Amino acid sequence: MESLSILIHLDYTLMIVAIGAALLGTVSGALGTYAVLRRQSLLGDAISHAALPGIAIAFLLTGSKTPLILVLGAAIAGWLGTLLIMSIVRLTRIKYDSALAIVLSTFFGVGLVLHTLIQRTGNANQAGLDTFLFGQAATILERDVLTIGILGGASIIVTLVFWKELKLLVFDEDFAASLGFPTRTLDILLTSLLVIAIVLGLQAVGAVLMSAMLVAPAVAARQWTNRLRLMVFLAGCFGALAGVSGTIISSTASRIPTGPTIVLCATVVVGISIAFAPNRGLVWHRIRHQRNRRDLKMAAEAQE
Amino acid sequence: MIHNHLDILLIAIVTAVACALPGVFLVLRRMTLMSDAISHAILPGIVLAFFLTESLSSPLLILAAAGTGVLTVLFVELLQRTKLVKEDAAIGLTFPALFSIGVILISRFAGNVHLDMDAVLLGELAIAPLNRLKAFGYDLGPVALYVMGTILVLNLIFIFVFYKELKLATFDASLAAALGFTPTLIHYGLMTLVSVTTVGAFDAVGSILVVALIAGPPATAYLMTDKLSRMLILSAIIGSVNAVSGYWFASLFDVSIAGAIATMTLLVFGVIFLVVPNRGLIAIARRHARQKWEFAQTMLVIHLFNHEGLPEAETESAIADLHEHLSWDPTFTTQVVRYALHNRCVSQDEAQLILTEQGRAIAQQALVQ
Repeated sequence: MESLSILIHLDYTLMIVAIGAALLGTVSGALGTYAVLRRQSLLGDAISHAALPGIAIAFLLTGSKTPLILVLGAAIAGWLGTLLIMSIVRLTRIKYDSALAIVLSTFFGVGLVLHTLIQRTGNANQAGLDTFLFGQAATILERDVLTIGILGGASIIVTLVFWKELKLLVFDEDFAASLGFPTRTLDILLTSLLVIAIVLGLQAVGAVLMSAMLVAPAVAARQWTNRLRLMVFLAGCFGALAGVSGTIISSTASRIPTGPTIVLCATVVVGISIAFAPNRGLVWHRIRHQRNRRDLKMAAEAQE
Repeated sequence: MIHNHLDILLIAIVTAVACALPGVFLVLRRMTLMSDAISHAILPGIVLAFFLTESLSSPLLILAAAGTGVLTVLFVELLQRTKLVKEDAAIGLTFPALFSIGVILISRFAGNVHLDMDAVLLGELAIAPLNRLKAFGYDLGPVALYVMGTILVLNLIFIFVFYKELKLATFDASLAAALGFTPTLIHYGLMTLVSVTTVGAFDAVGSILVVALIAGPPATAYLMTDKLSRMLILSAIIGSVNAVSGYWFASLFDVSIAGAIATMTLLVFGVIFLVVPNRGLIAIARRHARQKWEFAQTMLVIHLFNHEGLPEAETESAIADLHEHLSWDPTFTTQVVRYALHNRCVSQDEAQLILTEQGRAIAQQALVQ
């Protein structure tokens, strides 16, 4: 009952923020599932950092601070960064992790250089960079919620349309290629969807923590099921749960930033899932282990 | 002021070399992202130590942060050992959680104290020399230079003393274990070193760009050599080049020094990626082109060889009709014939192509294979 009364007394801005965070959680959870299953959990981290120069260039070129233009710049830079990672891995002997680390840090460095350039011209202030790094969930407006809903919904619909192809790509890429599926195109499609989810999330949780929004709900969902369909659904739900609870918790006291709180909520969901999920969970594992020992002991005694 | 410039440059070079050396092993062991994780996850350690000491330059800060770094590695491995979470996901879970705790601690309790988030994340090389080591009234130079210098010496000693063990554990962990070298010990030694280096460097370049210093030069060097010792030396050189050119770039355009060093890292990597012999993009493209012509030439000489001395040889080796026999595009055929003539695999006798001794040898060898 208490939670209900909290909900009723939620003021309008907080409700908008909570809805926005929930939508973001759903989208990043559902799309993050694919990244986690393909062992590309940290790709999100790289894309979100690589987006900074895109934002700076978009601002330098257009001189406007319209979110849509900046978001477009971020998406293009993030996308180019990912393509660079893929080509480094394909064409050289440098492994995935190093390629990711190089693109992540150096793109961010380029962004920083551009940012200091903009700062010197007196057009922007440091606040822009802080927002990029940590997000500013409190600034989510109705318009943003609409953008998140439309773009995020469209991304999820695309994964549903290409469900079979993506499933094959995730679980057996070589088999998919041998059947004649264009794996590289599918790879780029999936990455592009990921880029959309990340760019949408930058405003709420920021670049540093965006990777957690992709990874945590998916890892939690993985513990409860072995089926892709259910995993995507559960990851979306967990993401929404973390978004809403993080927003509400951070609103109860002053000076608790929303982004990090959402991430911690998602981490708690992971902790609970790893401990208590049926069959896979640690507690379950322990019980099974002990039951097996007892059964073996009884069998041994019976034999004597 | 010139004094100040030299100080910044020295700090940048020492930091770059100190980061590049352990980075070599991270790149080879496919653990580069651990440095990303450590550099973010040390934040709560720094914050807690800062609350205790109320100073950003106390040695306790470095110790606490390095401890948090090792703890992060331990966390990631514990998560992995449950077999419920893969390595990449374990990293992606651990460091944002620890980092979030750090951010919340800062904004909740440190609002009035001087602990700037930007300083932690981005660093600022330009102000690093301002904090100076003073003894007996003499100015001994910037503290940051001493800190990074000590860390560089530590790294050098560790790599020098355990060179053999590191090499073995990196390239053949099971053999190292079988010979009794305990790869776990070396692993944690290396991780402690990475943590200490990251903490020392974050002051100057911040926790995101430290990754560029750790991963950039070794990955670039990895494109250039097959030898571990050479890779270490090359990484140190490339790190210094990045630092010097980045500093030069930053003072020229008056932009963030750390950002400029990272930009140079990307640029140098890109150039090496393009031009390095054998493994570079240009070398790969040229090899592909050459292989295409060589293959076509081999097909041509095999064709000629198959019909050599037979009654149909005259029609089969007529230059004008070759494209039909080989089912090639006519222009392509002309080009291949020109290529083969140039290589003296065939010679032209009016409208006929005749195998030379060399061409016959190529055909025979190709057929045997």
